[in-house]
Amino acid sequence: MLSRTAASLYWLGRYVERADFLARLIEATLRLDVLSPRSAGEDAWRTALAVSETADAFAAGGHALTREEVAHFLLDSSAHRGSILRCLAMARDNARAVRTALSREAWQAINGAWLIFDQRMTRLDPTATLNVVDAVKAETRGFEGAVHRMLRNQTTSFIRLGQAVERTDNTARLLDVKYHILLPEGERVGGTVDRDQWTTILQTVSAVTAYRWLYNDGLNPTNVIDLLLSRAELPRSLAASIEETVAALTALARASGTQGEADRMARTRQARVARTRTGDVIAAGLHQHLQALIVENAQLHDAIGRQFKFH
Amino acid sequence: MGKAAFDEIMGASSADGARPELRELCRWLADTPDGELRRRQQSAETTFRQLGITFAVYGESDAGERIIPFDIVPRVFLADEWARLSEGLIQRVEAINAFLVDIYGEQKILRDGVLPPDLILGNAQFRPEIAGIRPPHDVWAHICGIDLVRTGPDDFFVLEDNARTPSGVSYMLENREAMVRLCPELFAKFRVAAVDSYPDRLLETMRSVAPRGCGGKPTCVVLTPGHYNSAYYEHSFLADSMGVELVEAADLVVDDDVVYMRTIEGRVRVDVIYRRVDDDYLDPLVFRADSMLGVPGLIAAYAAGNVAILNAPGNGIADDKAIYSYMPEIVKYYSGSDARLPNVETYRCREPQALKYVLDHLGELVVKLVDGSGGYGMLVGPTASSAEIERFRAALIAVPERYIAQPTLALSTVPTLVEQGVAPRHVDFRPFVLTGAKGVQVVPGGLTRVALREGSLVVNSSQGGGTKDSFVLMDEPRGMTQTMSGAGGTMTQTLGPGQG
Amino acid sequence: MRLTIDHRTTYRFTAPQGRVVQLLRMTPRNTHDQTVAAWNINIDCDARLREHRDGFGNITTMLYAEGPLSGIEISVSGEVVTSSSSGVLHGTFEPLPAALYLRSTPATHAEPALAAFAQAEVEGRARIAALHALNTALHRRFEVVDGRPEPGLAVTAAFARDTATARDLAQMFVAAARAAAFPARYVTGYCDILAGGRATPHGWAEAWVEGLGWVGFDPTLGCSPEAHHVRVAVALDAAGCSPVAGSRLGEGRECLDVEVQVSGQD
Repeated sequence: MLSRTAASLYWLGRYVERADFLARLIEATLRLDVLSPRSAGEDAWRTALAVSETADAFAAGGHALTREEVAHFLLDSSAHRGSILRCLAMARDNARAVRTALSREAWQAINGAWLIFDQRMTRLDPTATLNVVDAVKAETRGFEGAVHRMLRNQTTSFIRLGQAVERTDNTARLLDVKYHILLPEGERVGGTVDRDQWTTILQTVSAVTAYRWLYNDGLNPTNVIDLLLSRAELPRSLAASIEETVAALTALARASGTQGEADRMARTRQARVARTRTGDVIAAGLHQHLQALIVENAQLHDAIGRQFKFH
Repeated sequence: MGKAAFDEIMGASSADGARPELRELCRWLADTPDGELRRRQQSAETTFRQLGITFAVYGESDAGERIIPFDIVPRVFLADEWARLSEGLIQRVEAINAFLVDIYGEQKILRDGVLPPDLILGNAQFRPEIAGIRPPHDVWAHICGIDLVRTGPDDFFVLEDNARTPSGVSYMLENREAMVRLCPELFAKFRVAAVDSYPDRLLETMRSVAPRGCGGKPTCVVLTPGHYNSAYYEHSFLADSMGVELVEAADLVVDDDVVYMRTIEGRVRVDVIYRRVDDDYLDPLVFRADSMLGVPGLIAAYAAGNVAILNAPGNGIADDKAIYSYMPEIVKYYSGSDARLPNVETYRCREPQALKYVLDHLGELVVKLVDGSGGYGMLVGPTASSAEIERFRAALIAVPERYIAQPTLALSTVPTLVEQGVAPRHVDFRPFVLTGAKGVQVVPGGLTRVALREGSLVVNSSQGGGTKDSFVLMDEPRGMTQTMSGAGGTMTQTLGPGQG
Repeated sequence: MRLTIDHRTTYRFTAPQGRVVQLLRMTPRNTHDQTVAAWNINIDCDARLREHRDGFGNITTMLYAEGPLSGIEISVSGEVVTSSSSGVLHGTFEPLPAALYLRSTPATHAEPALAAFAQAEVEGRARIAALHALNTALHRRFEVVDGRPEPGLAVTAAFARDTATARDLAQMFVAAARAAAFPARYVTGYCDILAGGRATPHGWAEAWVEGLGWVGFDPTLGCSPEAHHVRVAVALDAAGCSPVAGSRLGEGRECLDVEVQVSGQD
């Protein structure tokens, strides 16, 4: 496979995953905002910006920190690279470059997602925003299904790899921002605001029901952290994403008969995560743990680029 | 148009009834209701849109991508018509090849005074940078599309040679796919030569011209400018159907005069490149230093004989409109006999007498820019307004050497499904001719373009033209006929049945 | 005459380059009046060199160097023995007919002012005399300046100025000669009359005179090249025979430094 093709497939996976994550983030934040008093609502949107690493770009634009402004900024702003619109445009561009490697179904999902934004949109009220977000989620789900039904070859492995690397990063940042940064001053851990925020996190990773199944317990921060950190049953957990990264790399190694730097890094990481206990992590500092993971994930991304000669 | 044109199915005039060999087709056309034809035609166009067989229209910013209209009524060549046509095509393409070998080598044709030297030496399409390079197996024009028009049963004229990167072969293949699916009854009635072996033949052609010493299995690739190019669909279609990589310039590197492609497992040597990019964007070290595009060192690898490039760089000199009018002399010079396929009579406006004639008869002539294409910069005298004619008169007087003129021909028509029903429309034809190390072959089919507007002679897709499938009928039992010429002269070879 | 040449070309990159591919036109050929006694191209890093001949008959060298490279230095040194034949060339390698060199290029397209200037000089003069007159007129019209010429400067813009580099003078000569229906071409090479330690190789022109062949004209000196010139490459214009055509794979900008030393001994 051409290196350029592999790179396009990998980036296609990353961008679709990021668009999907942003859609869930907007959806969950909207809910939190509606439920909360005014000041907490503002905090919810500030959190969303922090999680999506777009706070600086937002501040640079000089916008007011309101629901309307942030939702527009994350959804369909073309002014920065971090909006769903831009992610889908990049996904589509990469998909076009490898058009013949994709099934028609997969292409139509990408194209369909992009077409949602084709008409000029005015600023949206919460209901309309939710409708757009739902449409995006439906298309990205359609894409995931289509990739699942494609031939299990290098093409799908690179898409899966991109998705897994992106998902690892998203989940780590989501958890980090919540735990370390954003409990408003004066609020008690376990208070109402706190509870709503943990629910938001579960919604963002589509895990509200899964949580009830796995933990026969009320909403408890330690359990939520455990779920997102180490329960491989949950597809968006760090354990599952890290496992999926290894699986995609292994499939690629099997096809080529060679392994490299990225394989070694991913396996070492998986073995370490498997041994990690949530209690120990919290005791030693969750923030440090997550920050190290984010840095390591970026290093793995670079190693993948080197191993498959993306540049 | 006043003159009764030759209709390829109905014959010289509709009063006589259909041509005897095609009565069956005529009956099919009469028996199938227009509504049914229209339904099938729409079904074909829907498929084309889904497949993304689109093209970009120049000068229209809002139109974006369009599909070329498809017409459900096929155009048919009889076996003996096709045999004669093929001989003419082979002769012409062999001459084009011999001309390119000579003009970038010894230039005997200039020394013998057959062509005015400045026509070649002063022509920007003659590339001094590559003079002296010998492509592997001395093949230059591997894939040619020869544009033909017809005025009678055996009266074909060459309108234009395409020896650079002729496009349209994907339409030939997709149109046939659609016809087989939508009108299977026609293939039961007629023995139609198959065209679906084209990708195999192209791959065989590519392999045959691989540099000597590249080992048993040469690596072939298709080189595209990228997915923003208007013909990208065709590029990816050809690469996929041949099972070779579709590469962009950035995927190729040259090291030590050898071309490699960059894959996830490292560099892989490339032996044969079917390029669909212009000469200007092949190698920035040789052609356009200002261009960031292209593969630095590609021409060095080519000159060293380490890679074959289809079609060869520099071919533009063979299909230049200024050269076209000399093609009869060129064919005669290299083949030793008169051209079997004549040119359309052409007035070279660079010659004062011809210019005078053209200026006196603008209302009857078609005037073309020597360096124009796609139907732009063209005057069709009989249908032009007097303002248009005067505009061209001024341009001709200012820069006569940029123009040639031709009489308007009574182009043949083929019944075509239009809004009012089935009616005759003018057509042209682009057959594809492949040249490999072992000889020249004509693919039994091609691209028929049709002018959908009544009376119009302009078939270009950018000007509202459409396409049709082109049937080549066989005399022999259903099978695949190919005509091939090699060192031993022309021979006809019939392969077994079952390809279709 | 024996000319010793040292020509050093140094590229420095602001960011390391993945690879560098260059086409060098830096090797002279023998003619009746020019014998290459010794010639060497040295590269300061691991590189593969492959020799070719281009369509104009020049010897070219392909240079392939694998990165990371923060710079590359190409050093050419050699010795050439020359003799004089009053500017008339003998024994040059000519794969293309002279008429090819009637072709203009974007850089050498003569606009009316330059064409009229050419016409005025050649009017009423015999062919070789006309070309000498043109050469002298160009030499007198401009103040010659040293240093590297402005990239991409075409003859029309150059003709409107008061000063000109050797390259611009030679391109103006080529354009003017073509306007007067003489096939003409640009030549790169070396010359020992000019001040030492130059920042660029020399450039002059050649025109085709029926019955005589190719004749050299150096508008910078206002005369025909004698035994002081070493011809390296010819083309339709200066860009076509520049000593280095390069491409690199990597970010950043490049800084170019060229130093040419030519010394002659009788």
